[in-house]
Amino acid sequence: MSPDGNSAPAHAPAHAPGHGGGAHPAQEGPRGVAAPGTVHVSHDHHELGFLRKYVFSVDHKVIAIQFMLTGLFFLVLGGLFAMAIRHQVAWPWKPIPGLSVLFPDTGGVISPEFYTMLFTMHGTIMIFFVIIPLLTGAFGNFLIPLMVGAPDMAFPKLNMFGYWAMIPAIFFALLGFFVEGGAAAAGWTAYPTLSTIATAAPGSLTGQTWWLMALTWVGVSSMMGAVNYVTTIFKMRAPGMTMMRMPLSIWGLLIAALLQLFALPVLTAASILQLLDRTLHTGFFTPSNLLVNATRPELLSNAGAALDGASGGHPLLWQHLFWFYSHPAVYIMVLPAMGFASDILSTHARKPVFGYKPMVYSMSAIAGLGFIVWGHHMFTSGMNPALGMSFMVATIMIALPSAVKVFNWIGTLWGSRIHLNSAMLNALAFVAMFIIGGLSGIWMAATPVDIYIHDTYIVVAHFHYVVFAGSVFAIWAAIYHWFPKMFGRQMNETLGKVHFIGSFVFTNGVFYMMHQIGLAGLMRRTADPYTYATYAHLQESNELITLCAFALFVWQIFFVINFFHSMFWGKRVGRNPWRANSLEWEAPSPPGHGNFDRELAVYRGPYEYGSPEVSEDYLPQTRKLGDGAARPAQAHAHH
Amino acid sequence: MSQATLAPHAGAHGHHGHKADPFAYDPAVDAPAEHHAIYDYDSGPPVERGKFAIWLFLATEVMFFTGLIGTYIILRTGASAWPNPEERLAVDITAFNTFVLIISSWLMVRALQAGQKGDKAGILKWLGATILGGALFVGIQVYEYIELYKHGSWPNVDIFWSTFYAMTGFHGLHVVVGVIWLICAWFGAARGKYTAQNHMGLELAGLYWHFVDLVWVLLFTIVYLF
Amino acid sequence: MSFLNPSNGAWSILALLVALLLVLVTFVKFTRLWTVILIALLPILGVWTFVKAPEWGLWFPKDVSTHGAGMDSLFNLILWMVAITFVLTEVGLVWCVFRYHDKVPGKSLFTHGSHKLEMIWTAIPAVALLVIAFAQIGTFKQIKFEDHWPTGGPYSKDKPIAHVIAYQFAWLMRYPDANGSFDSVDVIESPFDFVVPVDTDIMFQLKSRDVLHSFFLPNLRLKQDAVPGMTIPMWFQATEVGEYDLICAELCGWGHYKMAGRLIVKSKPDYEKWLADKRAALKSNGTADLEAAE
Ligand code: HEA
Ligand code: HEA
Ligand code: CUA
Ligand SMILES: [Cu+2]
Repeated sequence: MSPDGNSAPAHAPAHAPGHGGGAHPAQEGPRGVAAPGTVHVSHDHHELGFLRKYVFSVDHKVIAIQFMLTGLFFLVLGGLFAMAIRHQVAWPWKPIPGLSVLFPDTGGVISPEFYTMLFTMHGTIMIFFVIIPLLTGAFGNFLIPLMVGAPDMAFPKLNMFGYWAMIPAIFFALLGFFVEGGAAAAGWTAYPTLSTIATAAPGSLTGQTWWLMALTWVGVSSMMGAVNYVTTIFKMRAPGMTMMRMPLSIWGLLIAALLQLFALPVLTAASILQLLDRTLHTGFFTPSNLLVNATRPELLSNAGAALDGASGGHPLLWQHLFWFYSHPAVYIMVLPAMGFASDILSTHARKPVFGYKPMVYSMSAIAGLGFIVWGHHMFTSGMNPALGMSFMVATIMIALPSAVKVFNWIGTLWGSRIHLNSAMLNALAFVAMFIIGGLSGIWMAATPVDIYIHDTYIVVAHFHYVVFAGSVFAIWAAIYHWFPKMFGRQMNETLGKVHFIGSFVFTNGVFYMMHQIGLAGLMRRTADPYTYATYAHLQESNELITLCAFALFVWQIFFVINFFHSMFWGKRVGRNPWRANSLEWEAPSPPGHGNFDRELAVYRGPYEYGSPEVSEDYLPQTRKLGDGAARPAQAHAHH
Repeated sequence: MSQATLAPHAGAHGHHGHKADPFAYDPAVDAPAEHHAIYDYDSGPPVERGKFAIWLFLATEVMFFTGLIGTYIILRTGASAWPNPEERLAVDITAFNTFVLIISSWLMVRALQAGQKGDKAGILKWLGATILGGALFVGIQVYEYIELYKHGSWPNVDIFWSTFYAMTGFHGLHVVVGVIWLICAWFGAARGKYTAQNHMGLELAGLYWHFVDLVWVLLFTIVYLF
Repeated sequence: MSFLNPSNGAWSILALLVALLLVLVTFVKFTRLWTVILIALLPILGVWTFVKAPEWGLWFPKDVSTHGAGMDSLFNLILWMVAITFVLTEVGLVWCVFRYHDKVPGKSLFTHGSHKLEMIWTAIPAVALLVIAFAQIGTFKQIKFEDHWPTGGPYSKDKPIAHVIAYQFAWLMRYPDANGSFDSVDVIESPFDFVVPVDTDIMFQLKSRDVLHSFFLPNLRLKQDAVPGMTIPMWFQATEVGEYDLICAELCGWGHYKMAGRLIVKSKPDYEKWLADKRAALKSNGTADLEAAE
């Protein structure tokens, strides 16, 4: 019992009666249905060895950190690829300084086929190995049990496998660079027949096969995670934690998990079919009578091989299947980010989220509509134009729930008391720049306009504004915000601010001008734009963009230093450094295995900042007020 | 109870002004506890966690087969000509095989009924029969594949065979997984794992098995009959 | 980029670095001021660059088509709408950061939302978005819907001016023989150059032999993927004589970046002459029948 009169719950002594074994209840086999509110008390006694604790851990927090370090590592790798891309676009065929040491045979010059591999792997890594693992793998894992008041995930072992399924994925993804022909080179969208015919591109020789394997394993990992998240959120909430009292981060993660459950299997099916096309020579995506030139025979060992195998399939079929997943996937990449931003804005602005329910409904609407708009990536693909029209209307309508979110964020800030720390700055930047990315989406949704815009740099600008300026900034905000809970230490504010200003300026420096050069017609995936007269005058702008990109990359040194330094030597903080309301701040920082050291009961939503009912400007979800105050929805069953 | 749900110690500190910075780290209360009591709440829909998760998993399976069947339908309706399945496939044998699978689903129901009564011998009997049914199905399918192969019908021949093998092959893999799952359940039953109160493992395996059967009925209809 | 000019580069970069350092130090000290400035710069610079872009040549390339006007005006319609939304929302953000800081005494406004406001800011964008959506339909139909295509010209879907065939990494235009047949040895082949008469409704068929390509004419605001296994009819009308880039806009392999063709718009007599010259040169020279492979 601590001296100030805060005590542990009376019924939670170290040796609670009535249970044997000592096994972690969540790891037990199937059990009968427990009455809502029932508390199973248990504790575990064994010391875990290093391997069990940090490598093969079943603790959701350790797994979260594993996902986070993996994701950040790949962020650096994907960033390096981006730098090579930018160098090439600004100064085509000029050697990259220093690269000749690594690749003496090319003298540091990017070959055209290597360029195609670069952006393919850049896109693949950033989406499948950075954003999705960071948002759902790292923060999904870390936050869900803590924010709903659970001791761990519903299936901790499955959770561990979810991380370990990433290992073959990573292996296959990187393997591509070391096989004959090189890594996959058909874009992250892997459109057949470029991707299915071995002689069509060097990367399609073998690299594409490994790419598909990688994708399948990532899918397995995400699916295991998603089953776990949804079950945990539905089944393991603390007493009183109704759905409508959950933080918006949890809503974002829940909806993203549902999107993964329903969309991802289709991509898995599609990539398996593509794999069959490549290995067993089935003909799902191969139309009849192809004639593929082996245009650079010296690159291909089996150049000129006749196309054997079945045909009669259709290349557009892949596009439908791919986008049926990958459009919802873009919302997987933003809904959790939106949730984090809502929580962080509310906490550091000391004001309740404006319109909690509209926020929940709009996230659901975005997800629901997200399933019927995939065709907007295919307006110029040769798809029936009548379909294009309905996809257009559905797509434009997605702006509506998004608008509700943006206005509610501004509403949240209205009349607030903003603390401009690093987390808040990044969250504000998320809102400011997501707007830009979202609005350019409207151009692309408009079918006639997209005829011109499709596959130009406007598209590149659009999606980097939503995924980089959007999701990555939200991830940074989330790291600054939850770092104290993860490591018990706070990140350095000065370094955080320095990191922020440079990132903000250079991000816009990189991506804003892409709108204009896209408008001028510049195509994406072009290794040397200046072969066309139309693009000759764009080199200067591209140089400026590239310089900003280099600066952006170098600037991250402040983040790297801050991250690792704070991890070990940062300022030690208590449980609730931000005076926040949600449940994760009730646990020790960092929480031990099992999370909470006392029983929880939830009395209200997570956003009661500035409530007149109490003298402080915050009111934790678990704090019970006088008898007139709100009660937990579920009876608190025992003791 | 009431003190337990107060604001964390930090808030209370703030009230009483014991410390200059009430939010600063205080080892006495903030040190992470490694071995403490764990609370495991149960909320939400009145189904067991495992069952809830299985339903989610089945949803992903439904979407997986939706992708495959959608592919089949699009390719078939889009093709300029499609061979009559009856000319290429032994529909009667497969009809029998379908029957086998449907029966095995019924056997599974019986196994579960035995499970609900906690009747171990009954479980072993009915579950064993289900497993045999599943194995027979796989056997007949393998036989079918071998015969087709002998006739030179292989996935790389034309789009009919590509789709045929993809549809039936993925389903076949699911049956194999299902049979293995049932065998595990059978050994579990033999060890006396299932009681009248707790036979969740049996129920989960059963759900999966019914799903696999259901998909087959669909596949059989569209791949063989139409 | 003048500051990259080697003659004054070193000094400019040094000056930049110093400026950067100053900004940094003051940013950390005056975070709020700077955040307001930074976010405010988004709409200010953002709108400014769009205003300046045409001057810098960072705008649509010259339009020489009948599609272009409609498309550009739709683009501009959306540009106006999103620009207004952009400025308003960013101003809202800036205002909040400027006005509601932690030094303001008292607690924040304790409100959980407003049903009325939600209705307003759902309804207004809804109307704006519906306007945008419906505005598109006419132009899209005109470009894409075959039953909206102009008739009466010399060409039609079934009597196209040419077959445009894309393959790694080249374009081949095949013009029919004098009888309008594409299956004859007298078919005219024009590699890379798509020659068409001005002020005429041009109908053509787009094909690909190997992988996806995309037929992109920036000056005519026209883009269509070439899909192996499909024959896709398209149309446009060029309004000005000249040569324009024909660009492959869909990733098609390592040589994608250089799969350049040309659209050559000739006056009608010049076009007829070109065609006649080609026919004459051809005479009984049988061509390798590339299309037979399709
Ligand atoms: C996180 C990722 C993310 C998000 C959130 C979005 C959001 C949206 N995207 Fe984007 N998109 C991508 C990632 C994302 N996209 C990627 C990666 C690609 C390229 C893939 C590839 O080809 O490689 C792409 C491509 C892409 C295309 C295809 C372009 C092409 O290839 O030709 C289209 C077309 O419709 C589109 C539309 C939209 C729309 C309408 C939204 C909407 O959800 C945006 C809604 C938000 C707003 C509109 C802003 C807020 C609203 C207001 C402030 C007020 C109301 C506004 C008005 C009144 C106008 N996107
Ligand atoms: C989430 C997705 C994501 C992210 C973050 C990025 C980031 C960047 N991207 Fe990328 N991009 C894509 C997704 C993404 N991209 C996709 C999907 C494509 C399409 C691919 C295709 O066509 O198939 C693409 C394509 C693409 C192109 C077009 C290529 C072409 O078509 O020819 C370009 C060109 O400029 C580009 C540039 C950049 C740049 C400069 C960045 C910069 O923002 C990168 C800067 C990187 C950093 C700043 C990372 C620094 C590291 C850290 C902060 C972590 C460190 C911390 C610790 C280790 C603790 N990208
Ligand atoms: Cu052809 Cu790109
Ligand atoms: Cu999309």
